[in-house]
Amino acid sequence: MQKRTVLLSATAFAVIAATTNTWAQAQPKLKVGFMLPATGTFASLGTAIDNGFRLYVAEQGGKIAGREVEYVRVDDESDPSKATDNVNKLIKRDNVDVIVGTVHSGVAMAMAKAAKESGTLLIVPNAGAAAVTGPMCAPNIFRSSFSNWQPGYAMGEVAAKKGHKKIVTITWKYAAGDEAVKGFKDGFEKSGGAVVKELSLPFPNVEFQALLTEIAATKPDAVFTFFAGGGAVKFVKDYSAAGLKKTIPLYGSGFLTDGTLEAQGADADGLLTTLHYADNLPNKRDQSFRLAYAKTYKLQPDVYAVQGYDAGQMLGIGLNATKGDAKNIQGFAQAVRAAKIDSPRGTFTISKSHNPVQDIYLRKVVGKENVMDSIASKALADPGLGCKM
Amino acid sequence: MDFATFLIQCLNAVQYGLLLFLVASGLTLIFGIMGVINLAHGSFYMIGAYMAYALAPVVGAAFGGEFFSTMVAGLVLSVILGYVLEWAFFSYLYEREHLQQVLMTYGLILVFEELRSLLVGDDVHGVTVPEFLNGTLPLNDVMTYPVYRLFISGVCLLLAVAMWFVFTRTRLGMMIRAGTNNREMVQSLGIDITFLYRVVFAIGVALAVFAGMIAAPVSSVYPNMGNAVLIICFVVVVIGGIGSIKGALVAALLIGIVDTFGKVLVPQAAGVLVYVLMALILLWRPNGLFKD
Repeated sequence: MQKRTVLLSATAFAVIAATTNTWAQAQPKLKVGFMLPATGTFASLGTAIDNGFRLYVAEQGGKIAGREVEYVRVDDESDPSKATDNVNKLIKRDNVDVIVGTVHSGVAMAMAKAAKESGTLLIVPNAGAAAVTGPMCAPNIFRSSFSNWQPGYAMGEVAAKKGHKKIVTITWKYAAGDEAVKGFKDGFEKSGGAVVKELSLPFPNVEFQALLTEIAATKPDAVFTFFAGGGAVKFVKDYSAAGLKKTIPLYGSGFLTDGTLEAQGADADGLLTTLHYADNLPNKRDQSFRLAYAKTYKLQPDVYAVQGYDAGQMLGIGLNATKGDAKNIQGFAQAVRAAKIDSPRGTFTISKSHNPVQDIYLRKVVGKENVMDSIASKALADPGLGCKM
Repeated sequence: MDFATFLIQCLNAVQYGLLLFLVASGLTLIFGIMGVINLAHGSFYMIGAYMAYALAPVVGAAFGGEFFSTMVAGLVLSVILGYVLEWAFFSYLYEREHLQQVLMTYGLILVFEELRSLLVGDDVHGVTVPEFLNGTLPLNDVMTYPVYRLFISGVCLLLAVAMWFVFTRTRLGMMIRAGTNNREMVQSLGIDITFLYRVVFAIGVALAVFAGMIAAPVSSVYPNMGNAVLIICFVVVVIGGIGSIKGALVAALLIGIVDTFGKVLVPQAAGVLVYVLMALILLWRPNGLFKD
């Protein structure tokens, strides 16, 4: 009898001790604030980023640096006028440890400004605006995707190698388009070629006919373009319908043919574009990532899913180095800058201004896929102009 | 710019202008003649484009002959949609202030966009040009012109003539014009003005849907496409003079010319040229070009 009581109380004590022990060990949850588009034109991109990020966390057993991850979500609607309010909800109301977002460059600029002021960690999983890792750069701001300049520059080198001398560019008159064209010029003109005409039309105008006529009248060796989404579909179709595809090669920043091939159909066949990801990369990391993603979400991953996944990886690397302390920006930044990030896109590093230094691939449209052709530019770094850290 | 290029640009300008007229014609009816500020006009255009994409396989399987049977099915559906919308919502707006009209039609935009997202998703889609219109005509040694664009222009011209005829030469047109000037008087003459307006509204919606369907193969189908055409539609109606079909046609062609040549000659200002044109015309004629 006595023996049993002793045993019982011993067990009880052990149980209590065990539970208190885990209580003592458990760190507070890591609050991740997703500020991504859940509605509007970019909704599917937001979902892919969200999925990619959560896939990484799930692979780590739901924890980053020993801290369980909790998500807070705000729909940014890709609306720059609401961006400051939205990001302040995450920073001030929800008190998140890290913000992940977003797709739209204008919204990302407002987020970078708020993050710079509050010192909250920010990882940008898409928006390619130069300023985020340029004049707006800060120790707590990182990008897991690309800068608009990068694919443009790589395509400039490709066009120069193909022996083109006289090129016309066409894009929407807004930051992303201007930056892509600037990248292209930097890459192309250093080898002696010339961009003879820079055509543009106001965003998001899609009446291209007048400018196509202008291209036909100029008769350049090739055309470089930056369009995305619905505009990309219409431009590729109009370019082909105007008969230009047969005579003047069209080169583009990768978004021209990403997520749009279904709609572009045969008109996109054979187009060459540059981006930091392609549909059948010959690395095991990518294959296992695509398999896991497809299994988890019953969807094929795209470049946005990869960027979300890598945002997770960067957060993991930084927080592991600071033992889960999201306030230790110095330690976090040091670890991420020193890291080689093993991404499905291939290994990349982070530049001093916190933008990926990565291989840009030349891809060719075959059927419904952007098939990798070659590496257009190896370990390409954004110039990061205007960044003072 | 050499002469051949100039001619091609003129063709582009006229073609774009006619397309604008087609899109704006429904708004001329609803905003111009019935006096309701209808912000949801762009949504009807969007619905038309998505119908061309989503209905084509269904209709093709049921009745065969994809292109024209889809058009007919879409038109029937849109007339029903317009009729029901007028009965359920718009009939309460005629006597209300403009602000309330704006509020409600803006609400409709949100509802239609969300429904579109739920039913068809957020991806970009292409619509194939029907086989027999899929050719191109050579313009010079580099450029060709798609036959389908010429087909659209032809349809727009036909439609403009038909609308002008109905409004100025038929009894229905007379009743509608009378209703615009004095609703009560028309009613007291024994004409069922409620029913008449419902029909006009349904036609207005059908025109926007038709524009969306016929433009879908060249414009492709994507989220928020309606909002992109909405503003330019209002510009067409305002420049032309509210309620004038002739005015809308002239205004659309003017905008086509200014936009096309603006993009080429002064690309820095291409975004504002159309609005500068509107401002100048309103300074010269505050009621638009053809307001009596």
